Amino acid sequence: MARNKTILYSLILAFSIVAPFVFPNFGTQLATLWLMIIVALTWDMTGGQMGYNSLGNIFFYGTGMYVAAVIAIGLVYDVGDYTNAAGGGIYKFTDLEYFGGMALGILGAGLFCSVCAIVIGSLTFGLRGPYFAIGTLGVAIATGELVSNWDWVGGGQGIALPVYPGDLDTGKIYFYFLFAAIGISVFIFVKWLYGTRFGAAINAIRDDEEKADAMGIHTLRYKLYTWAMAAFFVGMAGGVSAFQLIHFEPLESAYQTINLGIFMVVCVLLGGKGTLWGPVVGAILFHLFKEVTWNYLLGWQWVALGALIVVTVVYFQDGVMGWLMHKRPQWFGIRIEEKIAGEAE
Amino acid sequence: MTAIIEVRRVSKSFGGVVANKDVSLAVKSGTITGLIGPNGSGKTTLFNSIVGYHPIDDGSIRFEGEEISSFPVQQIARRGLLRTFQQTRIYGAMNGVENMLISLPHRKMKIWDALKTFTKEDYERADHLLEFVGLYEKRMLKSGDLSFGQQKLLEFAMALMNEPTCLLLDEPTAGINPTLINGLIDRLKRANSEFGITLFVIEHNMRVIMNMAESIYCLAHGQMLAHGTPDEIQNDQRVIDAYLGAH
Amino acid sequence: MDQILGNIGLLFEFPVVNLKIILDGIMIGALFALAAYGLALVWGVMNVKNLAQGDFVISGGYVSWWLVQHGFPALLGVPVAFVVMWGIGWVIYKLVISRVIERDLFTSLLATFGLAIMMAQILNLMFGSDTQSVDLGYDTLYFFDGFIDVPIAKLIGVVMAMSLAAGVIIFMKSSRMGQAIRATAQDSRAARVMGIDTEKVYAFTFSLNSAICGAAGAIIVMVWLVQPFYGISYSIRAFVIVTAAGLGNLPGVIAAGLGIGALEQYGAHIFGIGYQQAVAVMLLLLILLYRLIQQRRNRQVLK
Repeated sequence: MARNKTILYSLILAFSIVAPFVFPNFGTQLATLWLMIIVALTWDMTGGQMGYNSLGNIFFYGTGMYVAAVIAIGLVYDVGDYTNAAGGGIYKFTDLEYFGGMALGILGAGLFCSVCAIVIGSLTFGLRGPYFAIGTLGVAIATGELVSNWDWVGGGQGIALPVYPGDLDTGKIYFYFLFAAIGISVFIFVKWLYGTRFGAAINAIRDDEEKADAMGIHTLRYKLYTWAMAAFFVGMAGGVSAFQLIHFEPLESAYQTINLGIFMVVCVLLGGKGTLWGPVVGAILFHLFKEVTWNYLLGWQWVALGALIVVTVVYFQDGVMGWLMHKRPQWFGIRIEEKIAGEAE
Repeated sequence: MTAIIEVRRVSKSFGGVVANKDVSLAVKSGTITGLIGPNGSGKTTLFNSIVGYHPIDDGSIRFEGEEISSFPVQQIARRGLLRTFQQTRIYGAMNGVENMLISLPHRKMKIWDALKTFTKEDYERADHLLEFVGLYEKRMLKSGDLSFGQQKLLEFAMALMNEPTCLLLDEPTAGINPTLINGLIDRLKRANSEFGITLFVIEHNMRVIMNMAESIYCLAHGQMLAHGTPDEIQNDQRVIDAYLGAH
Repeated sequence: MDQILGNIGLLFEFPVVNLKIILDGIMIGALFALAAYGLALVWGVMNVKNLAQGDFVISGGYVSWWLVQHGFPALLGVPVAFVVMWGIGWVIYKLVISRVIERDLFTSLLATFGLAIMMAQILNLMFGSDTQSVDLGYDTLYFFDGFIDVPIAKLIGVVMAMSLAAGVIIFMKSSRMGQAIRATAQDSRAARVMGIDTEKVYAFTFSLNSAICGAAGAIIVMVWLVQPFYGISYSIRAFVIVTAAGLGNLPGVIAAGLGIGALEQYGAHIFGIGYQQAVAVMLLLLILLYRLIQQRRNRQVLK
């Protein structure tokens, strides 16, 4: 069993590495797939494992974009002047400035978002269930609106970052591997985290928070740390997106509440909430569905996507992994009553 | 012997309804103390006040000499004062062992300890306590599938796993098959004598409480009616009247 | 910042500006209150939090707009939108809502969010993404040397909103169905035991909500604008109002609706029109925070 798993993981890793070279035409789509996997896995940390369904995780993505861009620009030029001129090719970046700014920007984005998660979390974690979802959604929408009125970061026009200094194809592969590296790190991280006492504690919060309180678990602290970890990765992913997209603006690409903000939730539900592989499987399925509808359902793709959300939520909420768990419980080490009874005889 | 819990002149009302009025009591360290009273006399409200579930209107509650009436539930729990619920609360989706592991005392845990996996000792301790309450055979079952009585035993084992100094039990025998009650009384007594845990028990079953407790308090209409040894309480006319409704 | 201070100064320099803002706020607030009342009804009776609320409003607006495009009188739009949206609400209930009632609340939230995306996109495909409105062709009344302008169309809109609200109140108070709805809201199991067909009550309540929203939208298209993607902002306002007023409290919902209408107009005046949406959302966050602090005093959380 353990050997099978090693083989499986090696195959997936190998495929991830060769994928952009085998399918060079799909470089950007594959990078986006990794982005979906990152946001789905991190959403599941709070939504699936801790029982706090955030509709505002997109806040970290958008904030990550802006923080990374502001750091990268601010290291070299005055941010206000830069955004005023809307980039426009007047401002040049050397390779060192570009890559150094990007590295610091992405890391800074992650850290800044973690801090944001702690601050917002300490205000909103007293909200439960639907109020938490609405509250976090409100934070994301409000921030988007405020940023689009903030001239220093380009207002509604957004920010145009410098273009990748190499040729186009290398750029695509470069960003693919940035996303893939974060995605793989997230996966390894959560796989480890869910096996620790920390994982058990957040599961306890999900299943009965009042009982967890009564057992003396530091519930608020665990909730804040979990969200901060999720925010760190989402913020970094946002930072990478900022450089990959080159130009981004607040409402449609950064704080895209009804696009990526809701997609990540649907990915998790489609794949199976509260499971390790669910978000990954869901992200792949969802991304496939989205790409297919975008290419073949001219104009109606959004309606199809809305329908997918409704159908997933209403009819298939346990997701692929939940369905498997129900059909093949022994694969997941779940024992049922008959087996015990059989052993006793 | 010193008092581990000291409740002094505690009052609590909900809207216009007075649930506790001027209640005072003391639970002595290392003993089993009972709390009885007719339905609606404010026993569970008093429990909730002690464990910090809601703020009290007036009075003082001390645990090991420290004023705890302004603390929230988790802080009090981390000081080693734990409670079980009248409506049993366990993690139904997890199996028995997982339930036990979650109950490891967090007050003894630093945040980096939380990033470790469970140790062999943790598992052994969980198995040992499950055996103590008689659930070892069922430890791998989803605990939501256990019978109500077994869930109560599991909750009790979880509380022991948390290594409390004092445990408040809200009707531990309610809903348990009468044939199992003797076994439960025996385990409660052993938890007290072997693990040295002070027990403070709400109980409706007179036979159980008279059998177990060294000292009993009786509440009626939110006020403290009587206090004494089981014999004294049994023969107290006011207690008998309160239960028969002659009050 | 100077501009904000200047705008605040203006309020004190010309007190009559306040009157205009409050009047505008009350007029739009009356329509918010209608959508919010529908939300409170559905939330209270079947515990479904409908994020597609605003899209029902916008759909009602388009029904009315379509009628006018095809030569029907504009005032006919309100009853027709009521009936059409009743039907659409019933279909949505049967297909989606009836299957999420018994589930956890996040399910209904997410399902209706998906619904909201679908409805907005369908409207976009059918009618395009331009803003649309219906011109009733009435005059505008001026007061205070033209400082305050009140279009007669807006007055008609407010009167219609008020009569609709009054009609719903009377219906809920005196009809058999209204009683059944209120009974179900209090305790659905007890209602079922007493022989109330709760399934029917749910379907009726949701359709009624949809119809109220539709009628509100038909009024909005006469006095303001509709656009396929405006739905979400009406949904947010409905949530703001219900969160502030609580469930099953109709006078509270109306008061909160009017108050939030006025506050939003003030926000738009002080911070500029670009902040209107932000002001609405910030109000929601502030109210949530206020309720949270209230609960925390009792060591409770906001569920």
